Amino acid sequence: MIPGSFDYLAARSVNEAVALLDQHGEGAKVLAGGQSLIPLLRFRLASPTILIDINHIDGLEYLRETNGTLHIGALTRESELDNASLIRERYPILFETSTVVADPVVRNWATVGGNIAHADPANDHPATMIAMGAKVIAVGPAGERVIPIEEFFTDAPFETTLRPNELLTEIRVPAPVHGSGGAYVKLERKVGDYAIAGVAAYITLDANGNVTNAGIGLTNVGQTPIKARNAEHALLGKPLNDASIHQAADLAAAASQPISDTRGPAEYKRDMVHTLTVRALRKALARATGGE
Amino acid sequence: MSTHHISVTINGTSYEGEVDSRTLLVHWIRDTLRLTGTHIGCDTTSCGACTILVDGKATKSCTMFAVQADGRQLMTVEGLEQNDKIHPLQEGFHEEHALQCGYCTPGMMMTSLALLQRNPNPTEHEIRVGISGNLCRCTGYVNIVKAIQYAAEKMQATEEIPVGAGQGGE
Repeated sequence: MIPGSFDYLAARSVNEAVALLDQHGEGAKVLAGGQSLIPLLRFRLASPTILIDINHIDGLEYLRETNGTLHIGALTRESELDNASLIRERYPILFETSTVVADPVVRNWATVGGNIAHADPANDHPATMIAMGAKVIAVGPAGERVIPIEEFFTDAPFETTLRPNELLTEIRVPAPVHGSGGAYVKLERKVGDYAIAGVAAYITLDANGNVTNAGIGLTNVGQTPIKARNAEHALLGKPLNDASIHQAADLAAAASQPISDTRGPAEYKRDMVHTLTVRALRKALARATGGE
Repeated sequence: MSTHHISVTINGTSYEGEVDSRTLLVHWIRDTLRLTGTHIGCDTTSCGACTILVDGKATKSCTMFAVQADGRQLMTVEGLEQNDKIHPLQEGFHEEHALQCGYCTPGMMMTSLALLQRNPNPTEHEIRVGISGNLCRCTGYVNIVKAIQYAAEKMQATEEIPVGAGQGGE
């Protein structure tokens, strides 16, 4: 399949990319790893007039932990997360996320920024970033903007609050603290497929074992990535035990809005959200208390 | 529509040409350069039949535009054979009967090459994960795994430096 016609320009800096986006407006699309965009173009589901290639911008591929924050350059490839000891040792939830994105060959080019900016409810990073309370950095003509992840996605699929002349440049994730832990659990039919359902959970416990912070994000069970707010709130101020875990799982399942499709009936998927929430919270608890 | 002049090194040979923005790398390689060893399977970034190395990274060439390859080092299946001598991977696929129809084989071997460049002595699990983006529909994975193990052993035994462009792996 051949994409429709478009122009192509390679930006050499963030400023140049932003200037090009500003100049070309809504017709412009950013080409990062291209592993979602190029298939969309081939199917002619997207028809931009110009692609701004950001792969030649130096300094957008990095993983750095400083002052309690993990900084992920928007152009960081999924394979970098797969292989970085920092991620494997300190951020198992991110390791569990990157290693189930598509397949290893796709992950050589696919970027973390693209996985989020594409705002596909089936993508894996949005749920994890929601659970972790990440922030997204957007650079536009007027400078930099910090967007909390829950304000980044909208109520519509494939839509974000990024302005047409803004470039996503970095994702910031809180570094683990004493008593924190998280997990991403994805149910998929086969390697490379989108999730039947996926659940990311991240919790922080105080010295008494009570939950002080809880994040739960859901993958591919609605029009958009879903933040299971009621489930999060239900966990606060209590110890994480079978009763509270199952209550949160009930609320997470209630927050999901799956549709019946080739990956299963809606009822089954909602049930899976419950099961996966239980598993993710148990794993998060084990990690928060020094297990795993 | 814009056209672009690109120069690309493939299997050590320099190629130049004019490409449309929308020309996919695999189409340029096959239709323009007539390097037809690289196959097109699914056209949906799923099957991996079109896998080549781009600056040493295994890459689905149906999911990159030709213009993006400008200035890069590429390697296709045609680059495996050197000086009339087949590569240990080719030998392994032959010896272990790792192909039936052969459609997935070029992509399978290029993904394996990148894997062995990064990890010369992979476990069976690492091999299976490594090739999980390449589909074989003759259900030949058992023998494909054996072929890659064969190549890994042979490459290590002979301390042969695997041919390839750029740096290994990602």
